[in-house]
Amino acid sequence: MNQTLSKKLVLTLLAWFIALVVFFPIFWMILTSFKTEGEAVATPPSLFFDPTLAGYHEVMARADYVKFALNSVIVSVGSTLLALLVAVPAAYSMAFLPTPRTRGTLLWMLSTKMLPPVGVLMPIYLIFRDLGLLDSLTGLTIVYMLMNLPIVVWMLYTFFKDVPRDILEAGRMDGAGTLQEVLYLLMPLTLPGIASTGLLSVILSWNEAFWSLNLTTSDAAPLTAFIASFSSPEGLFWAKLSAASTMAIAPILILGWMTQKQMVRGLTFGAVK
Amino acid sequence: MATLELNNIVKEFGDTQVIKGIDLEVKDREFVVFVGPSGCGKSTLLRMIAGLESASSGDIKVDGQRINEVGPAERGLAMVFQSYALYPHMTVEDNMGFSLRLAGVPRAERRQKVLEAARILQLENLLDRKPKALSGGQRQRVAIGRAIVRNPSIFLFDEPLSNLDAALRVQMRIELARLHDELDATMIYVTHDQIEAMTMADKIVVLQGGVVEQVGSPMELYHHPRNRFVAGFIGSPKMNFVDVEVLDANAEGVSVRLPGGGECRVPVDGGDCRPGDTLTLGIRPEHLTLDDQGPLSGKIVVIERLGGVTSLYLDTEGGEWILMADGDVSHRVHDAVRFGFEPGRAHLFAEDGLALASLERHPLVNVERKENRASTSGDDH
Ligand SMILES: Nc1ncnc2c1ncn2[C@@H]1O[C@H](COP(=O)(O)OP(=O)(O)O)[C@@H](O)[C@H]1O
Ligand SMILES: [Mg+2]
Repeated sequence: MNQTLSKKLVLTLLAWFIALVVFFPIFWMILTSFKTEGEAVATPPSLFFDPTLAGYHEVMARADYVKFALNSVIVSVGSTLLALLVAVPAAYSMAFLPTPRTRGTLLWMLSTKMLPPVGVLMPIYLIFRDLGLLDSLTGLTIVYMLMNLPIVVWMLYTFFKDVPRDILEAGRMDGAGTLQEVLYLLMPLTLPGIASTGLLSVILSWNEAFWSLNLTTSDAAPLTAFIASFSSPEGLFWAKLSAASTMAIAPILILGWMTQKQMVRGLTFGAVK
Repeated sequence: MATLELNNIVKEFGDTQVIKGIDLEVKDREFVVFVGPSGCGKSTLLRMIAGLESASSGDIKVDGQRINEVGPAERGLAMVFQSYALYPHMTVEDNMGFSLRLAGVPRAERRQKVLEAARILQLENLLDRKPKALSGGQRQRVAIGRAIVRNPSIFLFDEPLSNLDAALRVQMRIELARLHDELDATMIYVTHDQIEAMTMADKIVVLQGGVVEQVGSPMELYHHPRNRFVAGFIGSPKMNFVDVEVLDANAEGVSVRLPGGGECRVPVDGGDCRPGDTLTLGIRPEHLTLDDQGPLSGKIVVIERLGGVTSLYLDTEGGEWILMADGDVSHRVHDAVRFGFEPGRAHLFAEDGLALASLERHPLVNVERKENRASTSGDDH
């Protein structure tokens, strides 16, 4: 009894410790965003100071936050919907009509994530230039879709595989074609999984910086480019940069907060069913 | 209203042949049970009939029409799965009405058909529940209801009762038999449980290793098993077997030497036997009787009193035998007993396992459970 209690205590402390370590940079960034530029670079750093919104005012004055944010929303939601549209049929065929090469295909798809993106920057840049997709929302949406596709397919595959075959066969006996089977049975049954996959894809797209910095300049630039624009021209201004970053991650942080139950449920969906 | 015919059905998974050429005829409104040990290919055969699995070769015909290339839904059959396979995200009503919804049946008509099936199965007050909120027996009834709503020409059941506890299984068995009577439909039922087969079937198909061992009415299989496998599989407790030597044989009977030295003349066709041959004698536990003058003897090892009957497990010269005695026998463990049997109740099997044909057919072998309406009147609905 006593032993389990102390074990629980240790685990709780450990969890808090890890959570704090993970959260500290974000906390520090938010803190810095309310400082003046002078306080921001002071050593030792000051924990107590007069909070100011100056950083935010300046950021808002210098750039059109709403436009960047809108681009981020369009690109991350759009790429996620597109990825799901492609991944659902792909995962369906892999889960229910497997061939001896299915396993290998899945691993190969995942292995593309091991390639550093910069390795394919040149060809993709040139293709985009020739197709007129540079600095376009369409182009960035496609790149993000391709970037997340392996993970989305993989996750959907594992969720689909857990659906009892009997249920789908009963559906076929009842007269469901493949499309009806997917729409009326498979997708409702794996909805928690699909939702968390989608959320993950949105988050990954939202935070993506490499492609957005290299493929966009102004029209299609999302929030990651917005942050970057505060780090270059006249040297570093920590307070403004922090304010910009805080504004950039705020929407996704709130979304993650609101959907955390859903995320956990979806990611452990197969395990607890 | 449908007949089914299988012609030389073969199923291969890769290099392994799972179904090895099966021929079968199922009559209209017949209750046919496929029975056999686990892994013998019952489900595979049923799934080929359902259209969930394609036959490697052979013809499947419903009402004389070859349906091998027809999709599962268009075959007009309905299947009840062992796992029930209810749609977990739909209510009972939506589960039962799903096929109608897919077929584009208007809501009102759909509801009326679902209600009718629900009435037959006493599910009316559960229509708004999700499967999760139902007991095993209720889920089973919903699965059956889903089949009924489709008004199929043939019902297919794959071990529908094996997930239920024993008491419920007996109850559902009776309910299914009643349902068959009420719906007057052709039904094909798969089970590994020979009691389910015996109690429900008009016709039993015994399968083993992908081949049909015997097809016949329950009484035919019980009284005239074609071979040793069927003899051992049908009937509970299992038939007793012992090797015996032929003393004399002709077409009118076979005399054999019993363990312990006695003799017995079994009324089977022994035209192919020679004195000195070894045969296997089989006799069911319920056909052995305690008898102080009997030719066989043994010692009681275990005694099981069930009230109405008592099972005696005997250590005999022919091995361990089971004897079903009267419920009121006063014997106790370690008692030595003598017993015998009526020679007409015994079976003899040749070395290849095939039974020697009885000279007389049991009178109940061809008696059907109910008057066959299809042949006695012109009514067809
Ligand atoms: N999809 C499949 N692929 C390969 N072998 C299979 C497949 N389905 C069934 N089998 C094999 O076929 C045999 C019969 O299976 P099944 O019809 O399920 O038996 P039963 O229902 O009588 O227990 C088993 O040996 C099983 O391993
Ligand atoms: Mg089976």
